[in-house]
Amino acid sequence: MLTVLFFARLREQLGQSSVTIELPRDDFTLGQLTELLIEQQPDWQKLLENTSILTSVNQQMVDNDHVINDGDEVAYFPPVTGG
Amino acid sequence: MIRVSEPDFNVADEIALLEADNSQDGAVVTFTGRVRQQNDGHDVTGLFLEHYPAMTEKSLLGIVEQAKEKWRINRVSVIHRVGQLYVGDNIVFVGVTSKHRGDAFAAAEYIMDYLKVQAPFWKKETRSGQDAWVEAKTSDQQKAQQW
Repeated sequence: MLTVLFFARLREQLGQSSVTIELPRDDFTLGQLTELLIEQQPDWQKLLENTSILTSVNQQMVDNDHVINDGDEVAYFPPVTGG
Repeated sequence: MIRVSEPDFNVADEIALLEADNSQDGAVVTFTGRVRQQNDGHDVTGLFLEHYPAMTEKSLLGIVEQAKEKWRINRVSVIHRVGQLYVGDNIVFVGVTSKHRGDAFAAAEYIMDYLKVQAPFWKKETRSGQDAWVEAKTSDQQKAQQW
């Protein structure tokens, strides 16, 4: 089981702050997770595939080819604007 | 010292902590970021700072570690507020001490530049009664890439 979190404008646009999802197999990448989320929620495609969206796994920013494991915490969020 | 929380901070107290029992450092550089009244031509009355609680301190710690690898610095404080803030309120504090000023100046700027593009905080401004997410600036990305 994976926890997927959404923050800020993306959280508002998706209308939810988190989902949990079962990984279909080992060696599943973050990019494949995005595809799986879109398969389940087709109207999320434009928002999740927006190239400005940042992603983290276990609180470390990573790219689409990062392999995720059961129990990981994945997050999708817009460019950061702190400071 | 890294702190992410709602309460305000006092700059004089934070400088005192950087200086206490510290006779080895001749330089103390600090930066304070505050809520501006105007942003991108809009009148701003306040802003809400959202963050990713499990990641923010980790991310700031990573940035401070990188700065410590690049420069000879000693004490570092990074404080970032979250929640509802108003015009004139403190948002962020970065303080760095070092033997000589060059390292502290550079490290403080580096930490702020990377905080702006890597630490998971998001600002939502209140503009004349309406809320709007603040857009990330490409100039901030370019500034961080200069290091």
